[in-house]
Order: sequence, then structure tokens, then C-alpha cells
Amino acid sequence: MKHIAIGILGAAALGWMASAASATTLGDVKAKGFIQCGVSTGLAGFSAPDDKGDWKGIDADFCRAVAAAVFGDGTKVKFTPLSAKERFTALQSGEIDILSRNTTWTINRDTALGLNFIGVTYYDGQGFMINAKKLPGVNSALQLSGAAVCVQSGTTTELNLADYFKANKMEYNPVVFEKLEEVNAAYDAGRCDVYTTDQSGLYGIRLTLSAPADHVVLPEIISKEPLGPAVRQGDDQWYHIVKWTYFALLQAEELGITQANVEELKTSDNPEIKRVLGQEAETKIGTDLGVSNDWVVNIVKAVGNYGEMFERNVGTGSPLKIARGINALWTKGGLQYAPPIR
Amino acid sequence: MQEHDTSWVRTEMALAQQAPAGVRGPLAWVRKNLVGSVGDVILTVLAIALVVMIVPPIINWAFISAQWVGPDRTVCATAAQGGIQPDGWSGACWAFVNAKFGQLMLGRYPIEERWRPILVAILFVVLLVPLLIPRVPRKGLNAILLFLVLPIVAFVLLVGGMFGLPHVETQLWGGLLVTLSLSFVGIAVSLPMGIVLALGRRSKMPIVKTLCVIFIEFVRGIPLITVLFFASVMLPLFLPAGVSFDKYLRALIGVSLFAAAYMAEVIRGGLQAIPKGQYEGADSLGLGYWQKMTLIVLPQALKLVIPGIVNTFIGMFKDTSLVIIISMFDLLGVVKQNFADANWATPQTARSGLIFAAFVFWLFCFGMSRYSMYTERRLDTGHKR
Repeated sequence: MKHIAIGILGAAALGWMASAASATTLGDVKAKGFIQCGVSTGLAGFSAPDDKGDWKGIDADFCRAVAAAVFGDGTKVKFTPLSAKERFTALQSGEIDILSRNTTWTINRDTALGLNFIGVTYYDGQGFMINAKKLPGVNSALQLSGAAVCVQSGTTTELNLADYFKANKMEYNPVVFEKLEEVNAAYDAGRCDVYTTDQSGLYGIRLTLSAPADHVVLPEIISKEPLGPAVRQGDDQWYHIVKWTYFALLQAEELGITQANVEELKTSDNPEIKRVLGQEAETKIGTDLGVSNDWVVNIVKAVGNYGEMFERNVGTGSPLKIARGINALWTKGGLQYAPPIR
Repeated sequence: MQEHDTSWVRTEMALAQQAPAGVRGPLAWVRKNLVGSVGDVILTVLAIALVVMIVPPIINWAFISAQWVGPDRTVCATAAQGGIQPDGWSGACWAFVNAKFGQLMLGRYPIEERWRPILVAILFVVLLVPLLIPRVPRKGLNAILLFLVLPIVAFVLLVGGMFGLPHVETQLWGGLLVTLSLSFVGIAVSLPMGIVLALGRRSKMPIVKTLCVIFIEFVRGIPLITVLFFASVMLPLFLPAGVSFDKYLRALIGVSLFAAAYMAEVIRGGLQAIPKGQYEGADSLGLGYWQKMTLIVLPQALKLVIPGIVNTFIGMFKDTSLVIIISMFDLLGVVKQNFADANWATPQTARSGLIFAAFVFWLFCFGMSRYSMYTERRLDTGHKR
């Protein structure tokens, strides 16, 4: 009797779990009416709360773009701030639908952790910032031999730093701190000549220094940190929607479609623009993807194209003033390239 | 009987005179306390030098040069830093605190719904203040309203989802709202639960005693941060997909159980200080267990351990900052989170934000500490020194 009861309970539990897992992410998202988006707990230009408490930044805007593609409304997204330790569990357990949290794409994460990265929304890499007053004439990291380098302990940054100096047969004097705030304070106080962390972070840190003009970010990048959004493995439809949202952002920039002119361009004669904006007769591009045919119009209306998103959050329109660099489109010497939408 | 008519016997009291000038007045105080000896003189000079060195710059930084309002980082940055202030300027950036004030108090609680937590705060103050003033009557009714009715009203108002109020997820809560609600629930749960655990631990019933000992020792044996971390990182993997415990609820349970275990040991200390005669006296009067405890033992024991109890409360109030480990943002968490806003990134931002957070924490902790000292004085009937 007892065994039967346990059997029934077990079967019921299994059946319930199976039914919960069998629904597609798109179905779940549509049913609840919003996208749950995992962002960082605060990184300037990527995801940080503004004065009203709204999340601003490239990572946050990417989720708005996906919401615009799915619902035609970029506001239908809820943000979950996640620490670096929590982020993968949150995605695996279904707590969030997209992880858009300045996460580096690596093979281990793509395979063993059960994630699918959809692309690279920001090509980052570890860089160096120096105090030009203390190190006059230095314009390359290869001239940093013997320098005191401020670095956060226990990070891959610290390991990359050691590798780089060893590979180039240079000496250096690491000044190691546990907390980011301590590293910032030590560097600002002049306890070290060089600060190393991801280059996008260096620009944010420079804003908090007492004399930002004295500090220069060197051109060398010593590690590859391709940052991109990820989704759960095993749901190709959702993977495609998120991936092609990213490509649509790039394609819109390539074709010159902006937040301001997207409505006019709907009537454009350019066949490629017409195709991308879903204005061709009997187009099935959007519906095949699982969204409406004017999905690109919705995306661009909500957040603009990739270039607008970049400039607004980290580029010239923001205090960070990060140059496009390798994040420019392939047509302008960068790495951002989208397969054709047709 | 002889009459006292001798002229040298005074018939009225001499008028009270002031103490001689050498031992009264500020001058004498200075002579006695500040320049009494060579050592004192040296210390006084050093102390004055220190005050002169430290205080004016602090006042200048925090008030005179401080920027109180502004749209973005430019008001708090010098021209070289891309702002409007002259070079060499250094002052607090209260404009940052000002711009983020709503967030610091309530987190990302939707702006159009913010009247709800504000109403709860008003109700809380209206119910708490009369309870703290001994003269005000109807303590029983007041306590019922504060500890039983208010939590229900607060739950309905804050969480919503009923009576036409839109649902606000706890994920959007933050700032002082989280700090205060966690500590209020922690305090309200931990004191009664701690008393029960302490009594259980001293009980003669073996099962009750064992359970209480196991609970207290287990909870005291692991750090709060571990429990919070486990609840947020491991728990979701064991639950079936789609089932999730509210993070705020996890923190609430964790913090309350922790405080209860510590509270139990504090109260047990008080129980042990009560002489055996008190227990026996109560027994000889024919009082039952609960009568004995509530009428004789606990009133004396709790009075003895007021400093310990308030210590635990203050510790717990500050421990709420640990919820940042599960990505809940208390006051400190929200302050630090907003350092990432590039619109406010200046050298002064972090300092100003942290000082504001420290000031708010200090305000509450100091308030609790002063009130506990007042209560001690009011209740020190038996052990007055």
C-alpha cells in the first residue's frame, strides 16, 4: 500500500515536471507576458540603474530588443540583477529567459554548462590604463617593464596579467587587492602606475579618478573577452529569436535604419530594406521565426539599431566615451557582421 | 532646663554659599580637566591640534563645498574631470544621494506605487511611537495592532495583487524598505522564538531539549552568508523547473531563524542568572510552569539581558546587508549598485553614497541603543547601583 502511494506520488511529480519542461520558452514568455532578463548587479554602460531605477545599458537594451521582437513592445521585460556566481544557475533553473550579463563566451560555458551563446554584443578584452604623468612617453604595454600594476585578486585578469608579462619577458610588481573599490582607490592614490581590467571597465573607472585627463588607456588588448547574451540549450526556436534579434540590430545599422527614420523607410524602394522591415508582399521571415513580420521595425523603434544602442550607452552619447573600435560594423573595419536577413 | 540666651549660638542657619571660585565655573573645570598636569597639557594641545586639523576640512567637505542638487555628474566633477567645478574642488556629492533618494529608500519599487510603502511606513511609526512611550495607555491593543494587524496590512499593501492593487514582486523591493522590513520581522519573530528556544533548552523534557539544542547549535554553527548563498544558488537546482521560492522570503526566513538562535542563548543567560529560590518560591505558591515563567522568572531574566537583546537586534539590523549575496539590495546594496551609473561616476560619488548609508545605519542603531538604555534605567528596580 505504502509503495503504491509512493509510486503514484512519484509518477504525478514526474508528470508535472515533464509538463512544466515541455512548454517552449517562447510559449512560456508569451503566456506570462514579459521576458525575464538576467543582468549584472551594476556595470557602467552595460546594466546600471538610472535615477528612476530603470536599467540602462547595452545588456539591458538587448533584452528590450528581444521583448520588442516578441511582443512589439520593448517595455515588456523584467530585470533580475544577478551576481557572477548566480548567473548560470538562474538560467539553467528557468528563473530567467535570457542571460544578458556581460558574460564571456567560452567553450566550457557553451557545452558543459548547458548554455547557448547567441553572438557577441560587445568585443571586450583586458587592457591597461596608465598614469601618463608618472610614465611619460609610454604608449604601448610592451614598455611597462618594471611597473607596479594594480589588479583585483582571484580573477582571470590576474592570471592573464602574469601570462602576458611572462610571455614578453618583462618584470612587473603586482599590487593586489580583494575589492574593486580598493583597487580604484589605490590606483587613484598613485600606489601603482598601471591599472589592468577589462577595457570597457577601464573607461568607467577613469571617470571616478581625480584627474582623468592624466590617465591613458593603452591600445593593447591581452585577452579575448567576447561578451554576449546566452539562452538555455535545447530550445532552438527561442535561441533563433534571440540570435536574430541581435543580427537584426546589426543589419539595421548596416542599412542605415534608425529609430528616427524607421517609419519613413517602411515605404523605401530599396528591396533589402523592404525585406528586412517586413514590407515585402507575402513575406514569411518574421512568422517563420515565431514573431510578427514587422519585428525589425519593433526592435528599432524600441532601442534603435546596434550603433545607436552602442553610442547611447557606452559611446559618445554617454559619459564613458568608448570608441567603437573592433565593435564597429565589418564595413567599417570592425568585427560586427550579420548574416543576411532573407 | 536652661535657656539658650548666650549670644554666640546662632538661631538661624547660615546662608548657603557658593563654592570658592577656584573649584567652580568653567575656568576651574578647565584647570582640573585639561591642564591639571604636564601630561594633561600635552594631551590637551595634541587633541586640540587634531580637532583643528580634522574638523574644518570635514565641515567644508560635507557642507560648505558640498553639492546638494544637480542633474548629473557634472555638478560633482571638476573641470578636469569633465564637470563644472573649479579645479581643486572637493566636496560631498549629495546631489547623487538626492537624485537616487527614492531608490535608496524603496529600491526599484514602481514609482506610481510608491505611496504604498510610504503609507506602511507612516502606519508603522504611528503604531510604534506610542508603544515606546511608557505613559501612553492601551499598550495591549497597541501591541496587537503593531505585531498582528500591521504585518497583514503591510503584506497586502506592499505585495499587492489583491483589492485592486497591482502586484509588486519582492525583486523590485530594495533600499531602506528591505533593511527595515527584514529587521522588523527578524526582531518580531526572533524574540518570542528565542524565548521559547531558551526555555526549551532548559526544559527537563528530553525530546524538546534535544530539538532546541540541535536547532540552536546547528544554526549558530554556520554563517548566515552560507545559508543565504545556499538558498539562492543550490535550492533552485533541486526544485522542479518553474517552481521558485521568493528570494525575499528566503532571506526573511534565514535572518529570522538566525536571530532566534542567537536570541535564545542571550535569554538563556538571563534565565541562568535567576536564583533557584525564585523558581522554588513560585512552585511553593502553586504556580504552574507557564505562570511561573511569565509571572516570576521571565520578567526578571529579560530585564537582566536587555543589553544582550538589543545587541542582537543591532547586529541583525546590520547583517541584513548580507542579502546582497542573493542579489537583494538593501540600503547599502542600492548605494553600491548606483556607483555603476556612469551619469554619476565622479571621485566624490562613492564617498558621499557610503557616508550617507553609514549615517542612516548609525541613526537607527544609535536610536535602538539609546532606547534600550532608557528602558534599562526605567526597569532597574532590583539591581540599582
